Amino acid sequence: MTARPDPAAAITFDSVTKTFPGSRQPAVAPLDLEVPSGEIVVLIGPSGCGKTTTLRMVNRLIEPTAGSIAIGGVDVRRQPATELRRGIGYVIQQVGLFPHRTIAQNVATLPRMLGWDKARIGARVDELVELVGLEQGMLDRYPAELSGGQQQRVGVARALAADPPVLLMDEPFGAVDPIVRGRLQYELLALQERVRKTIVLVTHDIDEAITVGDRIAVLNTGGVLEQYGSPDDLLAHPANEFVEAFLGAERSLKRLTLAKVSDLELSGGPVVPADATPTEAREVMDREASNWVGVVRGDRFLGWVPREALDGQGTIGEIEAAPPAALVRPASSLREALEVIMNSRSSVAVVADGERFGGVVTLEKIRAGLEA
Amino acid sequence: MEVFGDVLSWFNDRANWRGPSGVAVRLAEHVQVSLAAIVVAMVVALPVAIWLGHKRRFGTLAVNISNIGRALPSFAILAVGSQILGTREVPVIMTTTTFVALVALAIPPLVTNAYVGMAEVPAEVRDAARGMGQSDRQVLFGVELPLAVPLIMAGVRTSAVQVVATATIAAVVGGGGLGRYIIDGFAVQDHVRVVAGAVLVAVLSLATEVTLSGVQRLVTPAGLRASRRTPRIADVSPVDPALQAA
Repeated sequence: MTARPDPAAAITFDSVTKTFPGSRQPAVAPLDLEVPSGEIVVLIGPSGCGKTTTLRMVNRLIEPTAGSIAIGGVDVRRQPATELRRGIGYVIQQVGLFPHRTIAQNVATLPRMLGWDKARIGARVDELVELVGLEQGMLDRYPAELSGGQQQRVGVARALAADPPVLLMDEPFGAVDPIVRGRLQYELLALQERVRKTIVLVTHDIDEAITVGDRIAVLNTGGVLEQYGSPDDLLAHPANEFVEAFLGAERSLKRLTLAKVSDLELSGGPVVPADATPTEAREVMDREASNWVGVVRGDRFLGWVPREALDGQGTIGEIEAAPPAALVRPASSLREALEVIMNSRSSVAVVADGERFGGVVTLEKIRAGLEA
Repeated sequence: MEVFGDVLSWFNDRANWRGPSGVAVRLAEHVQVSLAAIVVAMVVALPVAIWLGHKRRFGTLAVNISNIGRALPSFAILAVGSQILGTREVPVIMTTTTFVALVALAIPPLVTNAYVGMAEVPAEVRDAARGMGQSDRQVLFGVELPLAVPLIMAGVRTSAVQVVATATIAAVVGGGGLGRYIIDGFAVQDHVRVVAGAVLVAVLSLATEVTLSGVQRLVTPAGLRASRRTPRIADVSPVDPALQAA
């Protein structure tokens, strides 16, 4: 089940400003931002950058001083705040489960408020429990009996209960330990594959932003939008020193995590067809400055032949080739490919798409890929 | 020890239990005036304190004002009050003076506990409720009040025990209740009657404490007891294969 994004769920910030009473500086400077439907947009920045304020203006827990916010082109002030909020999922760092209600009752809060009948609520709760990876046995427990990670999953299930097109998440994984956090981030992405919500997520963790964000909005103190773009955009072309500093050192390494082998130009490299002559093979090795050459017949990779095995007769396909040890998949990250290359004798990783030969990855190609 | 034996025989004398000044009547009077004072104090104090706690405003003010009631000795209220309000007996509440003193005594714990109980409902729980689209009313009655009930009830308990104990001195300015035995016993140097009265007051206070503790437990939502009763269940969600590989 892969849901399609609700086209009416894009969020548009139009010159949104917030100045809190008694403060001269705006918490959010005039902000223009378009959150596309079905994408995860991460708001990130140092404390005091107005990221949480920006988030809370979407469901009107905070009202803007000026400007307007629209969901699917409809101004959020067109309906009463309580009604608006019932159509927007809301997940917060401390989860905020109702301690006096069971897990099932917590998840069913909004459906009950909306007056669903019992059978429909029960079915929905079961569905959500499965969706967020909880167990049926927990439904009759109370929040205090669950671990932090489980509580966070219940929080997400509760937010999704009435199937809202928009989900607001305020540092949703900030209160759990790093191992659970990593798992919840992964689960969020898997969940998003299925539900395709428009998600606005606030974090101060740049690695989390890079991992889960389709786009990242970097905010500076006073709610100034410094840059808005895909994680790779930001890492490759930080707009200014602030963004660069915020992204931290090792930007290239972070991009390696993000980019896939399939993003690279995979043709070329020290590879020859099986019917090539040893002379041709030697030329390729010289060109590629390699002492090994890969042999390909059709879409199959036969193996590696070392320079000293070339004896000048017949075709290269007749020479016994060493099977490839360094394999990566098209979906592997460049970081994984780099790891494989570092451990391979030939300094080349072979891309195998199932049985099919998909080209080779070299250090040079990775470097060229990051420059592109 | 001699007094102890005499007190036992005082309790064994059926004559002391009957009649307009018997234990049954005095006990009923004592319970009546205490109950009336607590109910009136609750009606006056709880709505205000709950509302202020819900709004999280004027907390110190409310608590300070009600603490004036605590700082004023009940005995002083009785002494001054009897001069102003007189010592005319009123049905149920004995004398107006007594009643005012008991209500003033009952209010501070009610206000403090109700305010704190409401104000200390975790901010994230309220935030989640509001973010889900609950109205102010729904947050108040569905989330804050159930979570504040144990503390509110603890206030009622403290208040009730104090009132029951203090209703004894009401006999100083006239009126009935178990205090009569103590005051009148002192007046005629009947130590057996004094001790018997003291025992009755102590038993009634203890009974109040025990009963209201039970009520407090009953009204505490199960989920708030759960954390202390059962250990957390371990994080048993299946490990994702993709993560294992990573």
